[in-house]
Amino acid sequence: MAALSSYTMSSSTPAFSFQQAPQTSSAAGGTTQHSFYPYTDNGGSTLGISGDTFTIIAGDTRSTSGYNINTRHAPKLFRIGGDGPTHKNARIVLSVVGFAADGHALQERLDTLVKLYRYQHGKDISVHACAQRLSHILYGKRFFPYYVTAILGGIDEEGKGALYSYDPVGSYEREYCRAAGAAASLIMPFLDNQVNLKNQYEPEAAQGLHKPQLVAKPLDRKTTEELVRDAFTSAVERHIEVGDGLQMMVITKDGIEEIVSPLKQD
Amino acid sequence: MFRNNYDNDSVTFSPQGRIFQVEYAQEAVKQGSVVVGIVSKTHAVLAALKRNAEELSSYQKKIIPIDTHYGIALAGLASDARVLSNFMKQQSLASRLTYDRPIPLAQITARIGDRAQTNTQQYGKRPYGVGLLIAGVDAKGPHLFEFQPSGVTQEMIACGIGARSQMARTYLERNLDEFEGSTREELIKHALRALKDSLSQDKELTMENTSLGVSGVEEDFRMYEGQEIANWLETTFERAEEEGGESMEVDT
Amino acid sequence: MDHFPQAWGRPRDDIYGSYNPSYLPHNKGGYQAHPNGQPNTHTQSPIVTGTSVIAIKFKSGVVIAADNLASYGSLARFTDVKRLKPFNKKAVVGFGGDVSDMQYLDRLLSSLDVQENYRSGSSGHGDEEAENRAMMSAKNLHTYLSKVMYKRRTDFNPLWNALLVAGLDEKSTPFLAFADLLGTTYSSPTLATGFGAHLAQPIMRRAVPDEEASQNLEREKAVEVVKQCMKVLFYRDARSMNVYSMAVIDENGVDLKEDIKLEAESWAFAEGIKGYGTQTV
Repeated sequence: MAALSSYTMSSSTPAFSFQQAPQTSSAAGGTTQHSFYPYTDNGGSTLGISGDTFTIIAGDTRSTSGYNINTRHAPKLFRIGGDGPTHKNARIVLSVVGFAADGHALQERLDTLVKLYRYQHGKDISVHACAQRLSHILYGKRFFPYYVTAILGGIDEEGKGALYSYDPVGSYEREYCRAAGAAASLIMPFLDNQVNLKNQYEPEAAQGLHKPQLVAKPLDRKTTEELVRDAFTSAVERHIEVGDGLQMMVITKDGIEEIVSPLKQD
Repeated sequence: MFRNNYDNDSVTFSPQGRIFQVEYAQEAVKQGSVVVGIVSKTHAVLAALKRNAEELSSYQKKIIPIDTHYGIALAGLASDARVLSNFMKQQSLASRLTYDRPIPLAQITARIGDRAQTNTQQYGKRPYGVGLLIAGVDAKGPHLFEFQPSGVTQEMIACGIGARSQMARTYLERNLDEFEGSTREELIKHALRALKDSLSQDKELTMENTSLGVSGVEEDFRMYEGQEIANWLETTFERAEEEGGESMEVDT
Repeated sequence: MDHFPQAWGRPRDDIYGSYNPSYLPHNKGGYQAHPNGQPNTHTQSPIVTGTSVIAIKFKSGVVIAADNLASYGSLARFTDVKRLKPFNKKAVVGFGGDVSDMQYLDRLLSSLDVQENYRSGSSGHGDEEAENRAMMSAKNLHTYLSKVMYKRRTDFNPLWNALLVAGLDEKSTPFLAFADLLGTTYSSPTLATGFGAHLAQPIMRRAVPDEEASQNLEREKAVEVVKQCMKVLFYRDARSMNVYSMAVIDENGVDLKEDIKLEAESWAFAEGIKGYGTQTV
């Protein structure tokens, strides 16, 4: 057998077993195709708007698999930091939409890091620092990403509302408003128009080539809450993966207020 | 001159069956300032005397909250305690993440006990030079555990470790029967009195040098220091005087 | 004429194709495992499978059921496979999907249970009520299992199951939650895996539309709905059978009944079905 394995044949002769090992795996009997796909989409939508003294983050509570509704109550909003499992005294909220299992893992990682930050430094992390940390977590899994769109909200060091939005690999930006998830394409244009006043012009201005744009100003809390509600009731009408319940978290300097209200279940 | 030949490392027994390095480590605990712990049916309390190295320096941290349901008090090398408390913090978070439950106190105590024991059986390692009292509440109710550098851990009803702690233990032994039925306030007073008993004549418990850690059923572990404990110090030692106990000097 | 003695009597490449050497040791040209630059391969599809698991929360506990069949593709291979595994007095796990992965998880749970009891025995004062409170709840178990599932999917080596964890949480309130091979988790008053999500879930949701309804639901009613669902599943799911296990978990512990036969089975309705069922003539 030793002779056999050291023997090499010329290419013109018929090839036999041991000697002619196919050099690439593309030949028959090579590696099998991976048929396991490690992601799924659990639907749903989230949105965040920041004001002068508050940030509102909202999400529906439906979880889906294809055309099935898994459950009518699966929160996409998570308090980050604070004390223990109840997150008492937390001032940061993370929303995740996309693949729920990744979203959950991401939430737990960020929460643990923020809690360790407090343990090690004896003070709460700032939203700014937490936002950058979240970006690094996402980027760290650049080649096997957390398949989620995250929005992080809180109150910054000046007491103003802060909102950060992310893509699945950690690119992030501070914004005034952002919609994410299944109905993002339905909600975002509405927000552009109502929050950033896109395509709205001075009514009195002369109708000519020059039309002065309306300048966006931070909204008050009541108006913002109404906008959020309207955005979701509309999204529910047009998107099958959105519905069942609306979870809103309002972050102010005094803490996080949670409001859960029903949405259509159809 | 006589020299002990069996204390160069922690893996060699003396002919009398002793491991000197471990015993020396236990001496380090006795150098630390005193800490006291007591449990009742509903609460677990830690009380500690803080020392400052000099007038200008801050006081040494004696009580460390680890998780919402428990904390530790230390006597001995603070830096060793920090290593242990970091480990405990990690283990506590891990328990919350993997099982969604607060880590049982018996379990976390066993974990650090095992860790300390390996230090006494491997060449080149040094035993932890710190003793801990682990107090808090888990699913089985309030607990107090004592941890020693040897890796020995025991569940206690009341315990005192550190410098001059014998006096504190004497107080605890004398009042042992009262602890179980004590209220939160009574338990805190017992802990403060035990702490006070261990002090030398010229020393006093003050807002600056005393720490308290309290947890109870449905009550998260919380540390009290400074102004927050002024009231307790006042009421505890006023009453002791009225009852005609050992005479104490009280600031008025 | 073949001039190579070492090739005599061996299958000829021009007839049989070249030998697949990937399984050989590396020094003989094999390239199966990692060292040769090839990726490790894992279970890429389930082999012997169980079908739906269904469960409902009621007033004081949870009812869970799964049939006894383990299929090998479309072959009804084993008809006595118990897919409900009681963990302790507070929790039962129902398994759908790959049976060998179920058996692995069952062993994992056994060792976890041993670990837990060994630990609690070391510090116990024999206070049974305290022991009971400290016992791992269904919620603790579900968190643990979902972490196992998520870890394995992240390693690209999934446990090909969909599971329901039914029982009581640490406050002794009814608990029901789902976990699958991707690590996806959710909780609801009624849950069903596999075909049950299509066939049984609507029936269960009619009886228990929300959390409030489940808090008013009697045990008997819950059992009745589950029995009805098992019948519908047997009629409509081709990979199901008419013998099943059902467990009720409440503060009295686990009441597990195995080998329950479907009651009042009748295929009389089938006569009226034409085409896909919507056809009337």
